[in-house]
Amino acid sequence: MAKVKVKKQSTWIDMTAMSDVTVLLLTFFMLTSTFVTPEPVTVTTPSSVSERKIPETDLMTVLVDSNGKIFMSFDNNNDKVNTLRAVGEDYGFNFTPQQLIHFQAQPMFGVPIRSMASFLDSSPETQAEYMKNLTSPRVGIPTEEGEVQDDRGVVSSDNEFKRWVSHAKKANPDLQIAIKADQSTNYPVVRSVMDDLRDLRENRYLLITSLKTASND
Amino acid sequence: MAEVQSNDGGGGGKNKQKKQTLRVDFTPMVDMNMLLITFFMLCTTLLKPQAMNLNLPTKDEVDNQSKNKVKESTAITVLLGAGDELYYYEGMPNPDGSDYENSDFLIQTAYGIGGIRDFLISRNRVAYEEIRQLALQKKNLEITEEEFNEKTKEVQDKARTDNTAPVVIIKPSDLSTFSNMVEALDEMTISNIGSYTIVEMEEGDRHLLYTKTGNVDYLTEQQKADLASS
Repeated sequence: MAKVKVKKQSTWIDMTAMSDVTVLLLTFFMLTSTFVTPEPVTVTTPSSVSERKIPETDLMTVLVDSNGKIFMSFDNNNDKVNTLRAVGEDYGFNFTPQQLIHFQAQPMFGVPIRSMASFLDSSPETQAEYMKNLTSPRVGIPTEEGEVQDDRGVVSSDNEFKRWVSHAKKANPDLQIAIKADQSTNYPVVRSVMDDLRDLRENRYLLITSLKTASND
Repeated sequence: MAEVQSNDGGGGGKNKQKKQTLRVDFTPMVDMNMLLITFFMLCTTLLKPQAMNLNLPTKDEVDNQSKNKVKESTAITVLLGAGDELYYYEGMPNPDGSDYENSDFLIQTAYGIGGIRDFLISRNRVAYEEIRQLALQKKNLEITEEEFNEKTKEVQDKARTDNTAPVVIIKPSDLSTFSNMVEALDEMTISNIGSYTIVEMEEGDRHLLYTKTGNVDYLTEQQKADLASS
């Protein structure tokens, strides 16, 4: 019986074209996408028909979770650090350069100023653990009215959130305020945030929403 | 493709070199790229979030404004209730208080087409049609975005002075959610309403909602106490 002669074939596949495609894709992703900023709470924004994009600069985001905890983030590290310094001064806290560097590394912060120094001194793992405990009163920027005594001994009644916003506005007057809240947040929670802002004569906000698609219209 | 043919070039040279093909294996390169793409796909987001502009009156303005609003007959008050419910009334409740006990004064409707949208468009017919024409022109690139915004504003201002456009007052109740508020604001954008505002609920509005639904949670503590004692 004659053997079927199988021709020996080379299995070499030219990967150059494939490589070209992947490099193109990679470039596309690198240029068009932005990194996800980790947020302490997961927030599902409500959908709206608004097609306006959020501005890229001079933006301060106020994140409100469904229980009324407030977190803040800045797009600019300078504003962020200057604001922390000013708020710290109000309450009689000074931060070391090391602490300020750690603060810059925080994508989104929400710690009462009293706990800020010890929070910034701890390791990233401890910080992550700390922020997970969302029911603790030491997570989130406090919005209760309280007495504030500055270094000259002047006592004023104010809440910490308002301090943060007013100092942020002083650090950068062009700052726009964006409110990002969960769609199931009760209205009184949102109202109290907006009331605080309106006390500071801030009455223009951007509400962060996601684009309404045809399917959920 | 990925081969470089190295040829000695000198055709009649003595050292007849063998023609060599230099092939580079791109497989590891592709592997690495794929890994990087996966990383970028997982850790980044392509969609930039949308933002909606909201201008609220400052606290000093509120008092003056609400006084002006009362006089206007074109006012539509939209009340956002619990569980995505929506109510509205036109004009102002009768000063003699009879409307507060009348459960038909407040009209229940729903978000979207067939609900509040149809009603608002019917009240804002003139401006709505004109702005729709403008939007068409913008789509056909006959006018620019700036011209569109400018003309839209003109149309809305004119409609307001002519009293053909309503002034919408949105009053979210304590039982409504943030998404209700955003949705109500969306309806204003869709119906091309130029003047709308978000205002706190007054006791009267709370009572209207209570009369309509029988839900005591709309009332303030004080009102609940009054109700229990009467």
